[in-house]
Amino acid sequence: MTAADHYSGPMIWGIIVVLGIGTFLLRYSFIGLIGSRPLPAWALRYLRYTAVAVLPGLVAPLVLWPQAAEGSGADPARLLAAGATVAVGIATRNTLAAILGGFATLYLALWLI
Amino acid sequence: MASITPISHCFWRGARNALPFLLVILPFGALFGVAATDAGLDLAEVMGFSILVLAGASQFTALQLMNDHAPAFMVIVTSLAVNLRMAMYSVSLAPHLGRAAPWHRVLIAYLMTDQSFGLSQQEYERAPAMSLPQKVAYFLGACLPTCLPWSLSTLAGALAGKAIPEGLALDFAVPVTFLAMIAPGLRSVPHLAAAAVSVIAALALSPLPTGTGLLLAALLAMWTGATVERLLERRNAA
Repeated sequence: MTAADHYSGPMIWGIIVVLGIGTFLLRYSFIGLIGSRPLPAWALRYLRYTAVAVLPGLVAPLVLWPQAAEGSGADPARLLAAGATVAVGIATRNTLAAILGGFATLYLALWLI
Repeated sequence: MASITPISHCFWRGARNALPFLLVILPFGALFGVAATDAGLDLAEVMGFSILVLAGASQFTALQLMNDHAPAFMVIVTSLAVNLRMAMYSVSLAPHLGRAAPWHRVLIAYLMTDQSFGLSQQEYERAPAMSLPQKVAYFLGACLPTCLPWSLSTLAGALAGKAIPEGLALDFAVPVTFLAMIAPGLRSVPHLAAAAVSVIAALALSPLPTGTGLLLAALLAMWTGATVERLLERRNAA
């Protein structure tokens, strides 16, 4: 069953529109309100870590229990590819290089294993 | 000197400086189009995401949670959490752009991305004498090669999606893309600590209803990052 079968059409549009409005309000928040007091340092400190707090937790199960393995657990080619993506990303600080490194490793490993 | 620089010059300078980001945005947008089509979304819905939300990481987050059949509320809250950093960008840009015309500010907010923010912030610090119209022009220029190609590449991916053979293992495109976005940021100890806590807690809490474990893990990880940063600062100050 695909994602779309699980949600009704209006519900999918509801997710898109609410996410769009919410994201806009986050972006607009401070440039929209001149003269507002600056955020306290502790709040900025938390905001700094939002992306790195959400994304690794989201991706970990996808790496360890990939869809393609159909519940049979980790897949060595995909584990290697994930490791390569992180290594290239840390070494080069370049997102595109990391994507390319990850896919090159994935195809090589799928072909070899 | 900055005051005699024409506005159009600032716009095109922003556009030129943002040009290298095309290399990331085109494949990334196409991947979103492919992945969203693969998840069963129709063309209008796929494009709705890229045009109305215009934020790659949160779009992929929403898609993944929808693939997991999370409740709509959890999809929205978790994806918005990914975009909380935009509020921080808004704080940083407010001293520079907070006095622009109201519709300029609406446009700037709509087009605010990691790339347009990062480039503009650097430029404003490099050339503090820039006037308000020059700053606005530079920001909008930086959006030209980043925001429009995002929709176009999503469209290309959505149209091509069905034609991509299974041997390409594109099921793994989403994890690879996320890891590639996270890894370059893992340079400081607090970031590493936050990422590690996020992974461990998300895995440990995965039996909870879809989306709930991730949200709790993210809160714990944010707290970890902020706390480690504060402890390190205190130690360096001492």
